[in-house]
Amino acid sequence: MALQDVCGFLETLDDISPCTYLPNEMGYMWRTPFEFDGDSAFHFLFPPQQCSRKNRAPTLFSSTFSSLSPHQQPFQLSHGTTTLGFIFQDGVIAAADTRASCKGLICCPISQKIMPIHSHLVVNTSGSGADCMLWERILTREMRLYQLRHRKRLSVNGAAKLLSMMLHPFKGTDVCVAATLCGWDGEETQETLQSCMEIADVKEAVEQDSNVSAISDESAQGSVKMASINEQDEISKDTQALNPTVSNQNTKNALSTFGERSGPRVCYVCSDGLQLKGEIISVGSGSPYAYAVLDDGWRWGMTVDEAVALAREAVFRATHWDAYSGNNVDLFHITAHGWRRRDREDLKEEYYREREREKKKIKEREKERQKREGDELVEGEGDIYSVHCG
Amino acid sequence: MEYLIGIQGPDFVLVAADNVAASSIIQMKHDYDKMFKLSEKILLLCVGEAGDTVQFAEYIQKNVQLYKMRNGYELSPAAAANFTRKNLADYLRSRTPYHVNLLLAGYDETDGPGLYYMDYLSALAKAPFAAHGYGAFLTLSILDRYYRPDLTREEAVDLLKKCLEELNKRFIMNLPSFTVRLIDKDGIHDMEKLPVGPK
Repeated sequence: MALQDVCGFLETLDDISPCTYLPNEMGYMWRTPFEFDGDSAFHFLFPPQQCSRKNRAPTLFSSTFSSLSPHQQPFQLSHGTTTLGFIFQDGVIAAADTRASCKGLICCPISQKIMPIHSHLVVNTSGSGADCMLWERILTREMRLYQLRHRKRLSVNGAAKLLSMMLHPFKGTDVCVAATLCGWDGEETQETLQSCMEIADVKEAVEQDSNVSAISDESAQGSVKMASINEQDEISKDTQALNPTVSNQNTKNALSTFGERSGPRVCYVCSDGLQLKGEIISVGSGSPYAYAVLDDGWRWGMTVDEAVALAREAVFRATHWDAYSGNNVDLFHITAHGWRRRDREDLKEEYYREREREKKKIKEREKERQKREGDELVEGEGDIYSVHCG
Repeated sequence: MEYLIGIQGPDFVLVAADNVAASSIIQMKHDYDKMFKLSEKILLLCVGEAGDTVQFAEYIQKNVQLYKMRNGYELSPAAAANFTRKNLADYLRSRTPYHVNLLLAGYDETDGPGLYYMDYLSALAKAPFAAHGYGAFLTLSILDRYYRPDLTREEAVDLLKKCLEELNKRFIMNLPSFTVRLIDKDGIHDMEKLPVGPK
């Protein structure tokens, strides 16, 4: 458009270095929808206008507009969050805080960052909230289609690959999604089918969700539906149940589990293309603090209680130090039987409880010290040690 | 921040890559493999921008395998290197250039071992030894001084160890372990990971 050209409208001039791209006759770098296969899953998802990629063609008028300030975002997209996921002998723990921030403002103190995709997979998301919601839904849809077409669930690594491929065309644009897929790979066995009848537990947990957070009402109902659909699938696959590898998983260590077809998995996918499988993944501005706690306490042979306590503590420490994380902590535990959700917990109370615990500990230590001094018959030292801190 | 190195001997090629997958200041993974197996005797080592590396390397990998399926015989290392370079060059002047630095190492029945250096501007050079990354600044002179065309396998591994020790001494980043592989007429052999202890 001639007027757009003249005004430099929609142009980002952050990179004025000489470019080697050839503009089309309009001087813009349009991405045509026909670059990709018609039957790929995402052919309709192209950004409708030009992408602000790093290297842009200098149009006829760009050099004269170098004095124009670049197009400003209304607010900064931030990764303000702490999410984490790790595997251990008894499944996967996924935990996240619940603060959605927007530069200096807390937009929502009770957002839900962990979304179930299906009965054995949840995704922790960080990055831009809108992008995450959209890509969660796209991933859910694609996984459901895969399951219907191939009659088996896509593995966690496969889901990560799928998401990574879908995000690749948007590399260099402002799409900002950093997702951690936490799930249990595997075929259903007779055991798990029967215990899936205890999906009542899962449904209960989901109903608790809808009491706790009003925002995730829709998603909670959605996941109940999904759980029941999967139930029916599993019942129909009853006759095709394969050998029970699941029960053996608990006795094997992490390294051998990676080679097995089933077991706990954690995968990280980022919109800039990074895709990683691992044992401990933490993402967000609070992740360094969380990593410090996780690296210290993680063992493959942890019990469920230990793992849950570790995850809670990691998120708690991160929310203490990081301004962009806070409010509550959500915790999901995924096993061969599916995901279970812990009640959302307010970390403010945890902070006060810890203060109380510390006070008690100091008092106890003080008492012990005085007892010890009382036993020793050395004079003088008592005066020095009676000066205490706290 | 990432490091690749290759040393060609009279009948083998020794390659090594670091094992760190990082995201800003955090090491997210300590055992990440940056080598892609193109065929029985060709390895592609790939570093660069986060998503581009895997995307591009897997694209080349699948195309090399497709060639074998269609024609019944494998691409030689020289042909694979030139194919890779052509793809890099084609994408360079498109809307989606791949920012990757590569080393391609292979063994050919007729031509013997070959090490090919490629960078993100799709320059290609067959070299007796090569390195990528900031670590290359520190290690290329060591390779210059001690490399001889008739190195034995043990001498090549010693030379590699010298380079990694220098990295550990002077490079600001902590690169704790490296995957090492050797390609000769019998295929690709995994050698034990070289962890370099702190000095």
